[in-house]
Amino acid sequence: MNLRRDVFQAIADPTRRAILLLVASHAMTAGAIAANFDTARPTVSKHLQILTECELLKQEQQGREMIYHLNATKMKEIADFIEPFRQLWDDRFNKLESIMKNYQSKK
Amino acid sequence: MERKTKVHAETDKQELVITREFDLPLELLFKAYVEPDIVAQWMGTNVLKLESKKHGSYQFETTDPKGNKHRFNGVIHEFVPNQKITRTFEMENTPLSVQLEFLEFEPLTDDTSQLTMHVVYRSVELRDQILKLPFAQGINMAHNRLQDVVSKLN
Repeated sequence: MNLRRDVFQAIADPTRRAILLLVASHAMTAGAIAANFDTARPTVSKHLQILTECELLKQEQQGREMIYHLNATKMKEIADFIEPFRQLWDDRFNKLESIMKNYQSKK
Repeated sequence: MERKTKVHAETDKQELVITREFDLPLELLFKAYVEPDIVAQWMGTNVLKLESKKHGSYQFETTDPKGNKHRFNGVIHEFVPNQKITRTFEMENTPLSVQLEFLEFEPLTDDTSQLTMHVVYRSVELRDQILKLPFAQGINMAHNRLQDVVSKLN
């Protein structure tokens, strides 16, 4: 549960969301990612660290450079956070449907 | 199994769209939004007021398992039978700001229909907060209430 909260904090930041979008297209080095932002390199590094700790990014050493990949499994967990909300409406609508079917047959 | 109710929420947008196909003729689907006693059953609320007309308003009240009462209200801006309802929705005594809802009812076949619910929130943050409510609380009160009603019926 705590881990999930951390994930949501991680994606609450616009720079971190931008990083995820960048890396979603293809794996990138820290330098290549930082080149896309006006913010200082250490700031970007900090964001990368947070995203890695939340397992949204995976690191891979390639020579002298660190390559960052998107962790698709973790990203799916975020997509799933809508699920309880969807389920709530699905239950309500199922109820609506069964009530109205009874209503119809009584007529 | 195909999910009948779909929620479309794009990142960084202060809106979401809920769609649902019903095995009900359009008129019956619309009726479920207009008849106070039917609304009360499927929403699991007391309907204190429901004026289904332009410039009308509504107020619902739910009771949580602890006996606390929660009220919701809104104003109806557009009311076109079997087509659309445009209304506001607000949870009373909460910091959550009012939201705007566009409900569109469409026939699919003689026996099936579709509802599209387009909800606009005050901000992206507020939308995300509301989306996470059932998730964060683990237990959603309205949901629980609904479960209670359903289990009593069975």
